[in-house]
Amino acid sequence: MKASAFAYARATSVKNAVELLAAHGDGAKILSGGQSLMPAMNLRLISPELIVDIGELAELRGIVVQGDILTIGALTRHVDLLKSPEIAIHAPLLADAIAHVAHPAIRNRGTIGGSLAHADPASELPACMLALEATIVARGPQGERRIAARDFFTGIYETALSSQELLVAVELPTAPHESTHYFHEFARRHGDYAIVGLAAQAVIRDGRFADLRLGFFAVGDRPLLTAAAHKLINVAISPTALSAALSALDGELDPQGDQQATPAMRRHLARVLLARCVSTLLSRPELCVGGLV
Amino acid sequence: MTTDPGKRDGLSVLDRPNSYIGKTVPRPNLDRLMQGRGLYVSDIELPRMAHVVFLRSPHAHAKIISIESSTAKRMPGVVAVVTGPELAAIITPWVGVLSHLKGLKSAPQSAIATDRVCWQGEAVAAVVANSRAAAEDAAEHILVSYEELDAVTDMSTALDPATPVIHASLGDNLAFERNHDAGTVDQAFANSDEVVEAEFIFGRHTGVTLEPRSVVADWNPAEARLTIYQGTQAPHMVQNIAALHLGLKESQVRVVCKDVGGSFGIKVHIYADEMATYALSKLLRRPVKFVADRVESFNTDIHARDHRCKGKIGVNRDGTITAFEIDDLTGIGPYSMYPRTSAIEANQVVNLVGGPYVTKNYRARARVVFQNKNVMCQYRAVGHPIACSVTEGLVDLAAMKIGMDPVEIRRRNLIADDAYPCASPSGLRFEQLSHHAALAKLINMMDYDALRAKQAVLRAKNIHCGIGIASFIEVTNPSAAFYGVGGAKISSQDGVTVRLDAQGSVICQTSITEQGQGSESLTAQIVGSVLGVSMDRVRVILGDTDNTPYGGGTWASRGAGIGGEAALQATKVLRKNILDVAATILQSTPGELDIVGNSIVNTSDGAPRIELNELARIVYFRPDTLPPGIQPELMATRHFVPREYPFAFTNGVQASWLEVDTDTGFVKLLKHWVVEDCGTIINPQLVDEQIRGGVVQGLGAALFEKCVYDERGQLTNANMADYLVPMSGEMPDIDIGHVVSPTLETELGAKGAGEAGTAGAAAAVANAVNDALQPFGATITEIPLTPQIILTALGRI
Ligand SMILES: Cc1cc2nc3c(=O)[nH]c(=O)nc-3n(C[C@H](O)[C@H](O)[C@H](O)COP(=O)(O)OP(=O)(O)OC[C@H]3O[C@@H](n4cnc5c(N)ncnc54)[C@H](O)[C@@H]3O)c2cc1C
Repeated sequence: MKASAFAYARATSVKNAVELLAAHGDGAKILSGGQSLMPAMNLRLISPELIVDIGELAELRGIVVQGDILTIGALTRHVDLLKSPEIAIHAPLLADAIAHVAHPAIRNRGTIGGSLAHADPASELPACMLALEATIVARGPQGERRIAARDFFTGIYETALSSQELLVAVELPTAPHESTHYFHEFARRHGDYAIVGLAAQAVIRDGRFADLRLGFFAVGDRPLLTAAAHKLINVAISPTALSAALSALDGELDPQGDQQATPAMRRHLARVLLARCVSTLLSRPELCVGGLV
Repeated sequence: MTTDPGKRDGLSVLDRPNSYIGKTVPRPNLDRLMQGRGLYVSDIELPRMAHVVFLRSPHAHAKIISIESSTAKRMPGVVAVVTGPELAAIITPWVGVLSHLKGLKSAPQSAIATDRVCWQGEAVAAVVANSRAAAEDAAEHILVSYEELDAVTDMSTALDPATPVIHASLGDNLAFERNHDAGTVDQAFANSDEVVEAEFIFGRHTGVTLEPRSVVADWNPAEARLTIYQGTQAPHMVQNIAALHLGLKESQVRVVCKDVGGSFGIKVHIYADEMATYALSKLLRRPVKFVADRVESFNTDIHARDHRCKGKIGVNRDGTITAFEIDDLTGIGPYSMYPRTSAIEANQVVNLVGGPYVTKNYRARARVVFQNKNVMCQYRAVGHPIACSVTEGLVDLAAMKIGMDPVEIRRRNLIADDAYPCASPSGLRFEQLSHHAALAKLINMMDYDALRAKQAVLRAKNIHCGIGIASFIEVTNPSAAFYGVGGAKISSQDGVTVRLDAQGSVICQTSITEQGQGSESLTAQIVGSVLGVSMDRVRVILGDTDNTPYGGGTWASRGAGIGGEAALQATKVLRKNILDVAATILQSTPGELDIVGNSIVNTSDGAPRIELNELARIVYFRPDTLPPGIQPELMATRHFVPREYPFAFTNGVQASWLEVDTDTGFVKLLKHWVVEDCGTIINPQLVDEQIRGGVVQGLGAALFEKCVYDERGQLTNANMADYLVPMSGEMPDIDIGHVVSPTLETELGAKGAGEAGTAGAAAAVANAVNDALQPFGATITEIPLTPQIILTALGRI
């Protein structure tokens, strides 16, 4: 379990990092928190020729609110999201979600940029980006571009980033006043990647969903912003309405089987999560019982 | 309930003033370990030391056609690339059989495979280089051409005529079979009101020590001596085996075992890659280090369990259990492990099923079969969790069938506390157990009736909690009956030497070893107490075949009971010798003197007479002042092995309280209780933490741990992300209580406590899950109890 030999460069600026990536092409890899990259290298699953360490780039760090936009630098560590007052106020869903990511030692190093670029389909943060309507900011040889979260995740460990681009930040609209959220995942142990998870952002008026964005993860090759949510918006939520949403969800899922769960189990758990989410957000425990799922 | 040993009159050697026995005192090695000053094998750096990496087979079963290593040999830093046939000139193969396990067979196993690989992970070549990284780089450039053979993976078809035989010379894939028939089983079943049957399935799992297996072997050609630094539980066993297969005398092999980062039975065996490392050092005439990485640990550290056991119980409507019958099948990989063999676990299952109960009607068959998977052998609580889960699972099924409370059926069938000595249906002799006292204490601790009431209230709210109870017995303090009688050179006796140094401190050398259990602490506690000196004056040396008495080491819950008794007896002799000299110096008699608080005192009024350091000064530096003919001996050695009982059985009972989310199949452990009886408790905290650690390993088996093989014999979860070890976040609070029935075979009275937790934890959890699922009519007899299995049993997916 020793990585094969590689060259190492510490980027001095975002520009420098982009240049290094451009010069070395596919053989180069960015090192951010290292919590996914280093294990893969030690297992020799990947053997990059050059590591571009962006750890010193202060310009990539930090959480800023400007107007109704919350900007999170790519190097912001998981622990910073957990502790940030801005996140607690403007994107509390993220604070809830991040507590489910790994363990303190990993959260002390892992970064939001690394997590999103890594695009593990069982990861929490990508689904949150969908639920929060995030914009991913990337910089490459051609300059900066902004990618909507729903276009960003393209497959297992695959994103819209090119190998020459650096993820520099994410931008989130600050949460509107009456908005609320729900986060839950089923994992065998605290800190494990989820078997199925749900990050939801909602606006509730008069016991109805005025808005509802449901970001499922670990249910397919990428996070899923389910269209089933539309069945629940601006309607009175009855068991029948919920049932319809559950069926719609089922139609959208394409879960994989692995050692923790068969596809059937993932489908089942996704339905359970949706029912629990709706019942919790509306404070209607009766929606969760009675054999709906 | 404390049984008075009776044979002791007055104060025992343990009840002396300032005794440390029964007290929680900090472990002497704590500061060293907490300050990072421990010395683990991977910390050892020797001049000219090289590192070995093993290239391992990707196939479960294949012929080795050729190995092409010329490129690898030319890589920077590479010292040598060595294959099986080359190493076979240095080290001989072995066969893991013992004569008392009648009919057990296995095939010769080599340090590195010579012509065929029999499991995914078996070494095919060794790459020795000046760093681990350089060796890994070179290993990637070795080309091995294999011809794949059919892999035998499913144990249930291993004996079918259509299944290929792994070792042609053995004739079939059956390694061992044991049959046992006691009482009148058929008649008992025929006359029972109810007979219940079930098949219990246990996942293969492993030990996952924090520190992987590690060796530094240092052959010194000038001395013609091999020094082996290894994290092992049994240094003298390693010495014997290494010498035997390298063609050396035992005196030419020294085994040094410093700190060990967890063992759990994983490090009590001899592994092929360790043998290869010894041989490589001899071949290359320089120190060679092998530290297993996590992936190869999963692929090569022994696995355990992996049983399918059919069980049958007869019961009458009054709750009387009339008979037990089992048919156990287990797959052990391609070789029986060396030198303890892989038949012991199945043998233990036969020994232990039904053990806590009165019925004498018991029939058992156990079959052990070969497979093309990693080797399997003894891991903490060998056989106990299988036997306990089968027995206790059957007892609960019987109770359910006749509508009796699980506690009540146990009360009616557990062997009475005043029935001892007696024997189990499999012929095991019990000196003194305390099942009923333990059960009563457990019921009290958990407030059983209140918990049942709470369960009913929650059930009405659609919250499904369960209570599971599991009584158990545990084999501890094994005599030569375990291995010695079968021809293994594994000592069942242990020795301790104690010596007063020139300033009145004590140096104690013991043959038991320390892997975190507290061997060092309990030895110091006993020596300090029996001698009358403070613990900080006692220095314990262990883990060095050059510098300790000969003995077995630490395994099978034997350290305290056997090594502790040797320490007690040796210290008694030293005490007598000291008092004899003191009497001479003080012109008194030994009977009038005692040692208390590091000084010789009057027995009558406790008045101090002379400090130990002063006595030592006189003995060592002014012997001329002693009367003629007096030659003090301030060093004493004693050995001990149990002779009356082959094993000191202990007993106990566990309970689990948990919640099953019937929508998701997730189990939440809410609380766990254990009452156990290990006889004399030397250090309550050490005992309790042994129990807790053991319970956690049992809970791991119950809910999480499983080595998942595919049908081609590939281990598919050989990493810490996919192989789920129990972690603190999922563990419940574990309350522990004790009943104390000391063994009368020793003055110390201690039995073992290391495996009790593991023995019964999974059974308690499985019973609790089934208790929770009762309203759904679902019963599950398979562990680990994953959400997938529970949802499937509930018909939800
Ligand atoms: C034991 C363990 C448990 C874990 N559990 C979870 C979990 O439950 N949920 C979860 O979401 N994660 C989990 N993780 C992963 C963790 O959250 C990682 O921190 C995260 O996935 C990657 O972030 P990083 O900063 O460490 O990235 P790195 O490991 O440094 O990089 C990951 C990948 O992203 C690329 N990359 C990094 N930064 C950028 C950038 N700015 N622009 C472009 N590409 C970039 C790298 O080149 C690399 O390919 C776990 C990790 C461990 C070790």
